[in-house]
Amino acid sequence: MATNVYMEALSPTMEEGRVVKWHKREGDAVKTGDTLAEVETDKAVMDLVARADGVLRQVSATEGQTIPVGNVVAVIAAPGETVGAAPAAAPRPAAPPGAVSGQRGPAPGDGSGERGAVPSVATSADATRVKASPLARRIAKEAGVDLKLVTGTGPGGRVTKRDLETARRGVQVEARPTAGQPTPQREVPLPAPRSQEIVSEGPAYDDVPLTQIRKTIAKRLVTSLGPIPHFFLTTEVDMERAAEARDALNKQLGDQGKVSFNDVIIKATALALVKHRACNAWFQEGHIRYWNEVHIGMAVAIEDGLITPVIWNADRKSLALIGREAKELAEKARSRRLQPAEYTGSTFSVSNLGMFEIDQFTAVINPPEVGILAIGSIVQRPVVMDGQLAPRRRVRITMSCDHRVIDGATGAAFLKTLKQMLENPLAMLL
Amino acid sequence: MPNTFDVIVLGGGPAGYVAAIRSAQLGMSTALIEKEKLGGVCVNIGCIPTKALLHSAYIARLLREAKDFGVDAGTVKTDYGVAMQRSRRVSDQNSKGVEFLMKKNKITVAKAAGVLQPGRKVKVGGEVYEAKKAVLIATGSRVKGLPQIGLEINKTTVISSDEALFLEKAPGSLAIIGAGAVGMEFADIFHAFGTKVTLIEALSRILPLEDVEASDTLTKSYKKRGIEVIPGAKVKKGTPGKDKVTLEIEAGGATQKFEVAAVLMAAGRAVNTEAIGLAECGVQVTDRGFIKVDQNLQTTAPGYYAIGDVAGPPMLAHKGSREGVYVTELLAGKKPQPIKYDNVPSVTYCHPEVASIGLTEDQCKERKLDYVVGRFPFSANGRARGTGETEGFVKILRDKKYGEILGAHIVGEHASELIHELAVARANEYTVEEVELAIYAHPTMSEAVAQAALDSLGRAIDM
Repeated sequence: MATNVYMEALSPTMEEGRVVKWHKREGDAVKTGDTLAEVETDKAVMDLVARADGVLRQVSATEGQTIPVGNVVAVIAAPGETVGAAPAAAPRPAAPPGAVSGQRGPAPGDGSGERGAVPSVATSADATRVKASPLARRIAKEAGVDLKLVTGTGPGGRVTKRDLETARRGVQVEARPTAGQPTPQREVPLPAPRSQEIVSEGPAYDDVPLTQIRKTIAKRLVTSLGPIPHFFLTTEVDMERAAEARDALNKQLGDQGKVSFNDVIIKATALALVKHRACNAWFQEGHIRYWNEVHIGMAVAIEDGLITPVIWNADRKSLALIGREAKELAEKARSRRLQPAEYTGSTFSVSNLGMFEIDQFTAVINPPEVGILAIGSIVQRPVVMDGQLAPRRRVRITMSCDHRVIDGATGAAFLKTLKQMLENPLAMLL
Repeated sequence: MPNTFDVIVLGGGPAGYVAAIRSAQLGMSTALIEKEKLGGVCVNIGCIPTKALLHSAYIARLLREAKDFGVDAGTVKTDYGVAMQRSRRVSDQNSKGVEFLMKKNKITVAKAAGVLQPGRKVKVGGEVYEAKKAVLIATGSRVKGLPQIGLEINKTTVISSDEALFLEKAPGSLAIIGAGAVGMEFADIFHAFGTKVTLIEALSRILPLEDVEASDTLTKSYKKRGIEVIPGAKVKKGTPGKDKVTLEIEAGGATQKFEVAAVLMAAGRAVNTEAIGLAECGVQVTDRGFIKVDQNLQTTAPGYYAIGDVAGPPMLAHKGSREGVYVTELLAGKKPQPIKYDNVPSVTYCHPEVASIGLTEDQCKERKLDYVVGRFPFSANGRARGTGETEGFVKILRDKKYGEILGAHIVGEHASELIHELAVARANEYTVEEVELAIYAHPTMSEAVAQAALDSLGRAIDM
């Protein structure tokens, strides 16, 4: 019996996916779990895997083609099996009578409560046995939910009632943003000036189709700078003592990892947020959600845009751990292997363009968060200290605030605490 | 550093000692601090000795009724002191068993009072132990009296379970205040040893946390046996004398005054959170006095966790043990399944036994759930008839739409054992149909579970 290969929702907000590359070709033998194709979602490139054993047939999506979630892109058939006309996007093929010997017995949990002959979800050809509790199966069946698309958190990854409830809520929840900073757009080249002297060799312009992630960024950014009343606060922070602390820490850590300035700033930001809960919030329809936990979104530039992986409970993590996690998340982001759970749910964000030698800039708020920090380069500047001119390492930090939640004095108080923490890193130990 | 461990557990009760063993199994160096006997209240002055005494009570009743079964045991004489001595031996064996398990798992045991200090340290006598990963607070709870009405525990005429478990003789008469699990069990025990028992409960029914049908069945059973049951009663005044207590209670609009040889306080427990250095370490407590914990059972002070009674209700040994396992697995970097607090079984070991899991019928009504009741009485069960244990029933509350087992209530002999089938079912999200799908041996008490499941589907066979 043939099994359809669907374009699956590989992220919570994915509505369509672009087939980047087929790893298996028409006629290839495939096993459950094999990567069939790479699919670009709105957030990352992810693997579309085989959900049955057999031979790949009727590959209907070509590389580069964008396919809505739920549509059939291929079929996995038994060797030698003849497959009919291109399958429709039906949720599941019906089992032909007597097609498979050794059919399973009746499954428990028929709605009528009778000992009815309800075919079990997994048949022997459709080898994609979904692990799910009987109750979850029953609820999924009546609600028309495909259990394959639900992440199980029960023993051995089985889908439980709670997972279905979480999944159901996920559908209603607005997509979490990835916008974090006004990264330079990948510019579409402007038409060359029509000058007699200059004769361009190539075409006057190139039209580049929007990738999924650019579409998402575009969508998110206009929902940010448009409706959110931003205002900006800038402060200059002396980083000499933070630098000393960092050097001492790294010496201590040796080859067990490295702490960067960005890690120090993330930790200090998280600790300052604990003291200024007003800035650690989400602006939502009809209410403000003040978070008691601090999850810092860390903007990471990637080849084609940016994404903000999250350092969970950053206020309670050691600098060494933050350093390790930040490095891991940034690497995953660059190779576009972040899982949705790793880039959603932050309560405040930090964007750092220090490595690009930007002195200071303003970042775009990552809604529904209400604030974001823009970190410039750490540069030596002449500073007057105790009446003497001294070269000091300084950084300019600009906070973008959502005026619907944060007022000038609120944001300023938070920045003051942050500045004190960074200028006196020992305060972080308090 | 000889006094440095990965994990330090403060308190050797069922939460603490289980946590220590699991911690050691996971390869973490572990120390356990206990100022009294290992095993805590459960093993020494709680679950275990009461079960021994309840079995003595069961034998006494059985022998009195044996003539009907063709066995004439003559006049049955009981001696509470002998039963008590036996219960002590059982407790001691269990406590020694825990001691053996500590040695087997190479856990360092300090028999002293421990006081927490900042920096994941615990002061033990003159020494200071330091934990690399975490300190687990498992100091448990104790009985409490009602000093505001004159009933402060004086250990002679006003006693708690702590004293009742060491009496050499059963008192001539006994008023038990509080008809939860403890009150119910001591009423059963002392009645069997010839004490005139009066059971007083402030709420409108005995076993107020159980399903109404369970309370009703036990009220009938106790009254039939000659135990006086007074629910909805307010104790207005208690005047302890030298060898008696005068009680004034108000129930059903009338005030009555009577004398008893002793009063047993079985109402409520207080957690042991004093003088263990909580505030000094930044460990906060809730309005109700429990230690404040997050979903990982970590307290407000990082590196300090609370498990068992101190971490909040239900105050049950098996809930504490599971918390101990959960926290140590977290500390070892595993990802344990979250604890399902709505799936902790509750058992009262009186006769007949009362066991339950999940919601009561009243709770289903309050939550406006669409449910169906499946019931099966043991009077219709062949095995129960054979042993003469026909009191009680199995009651299953089934969600009408999806068949989820919302709650299960069993009253009857061996209810404490029978409930686990439904605990497994609920833990794995089996519906009523999966329970019924199994084939049950005949004749067994367990068949009543299957029949109640069928009854919730409207098709019980034996009724």
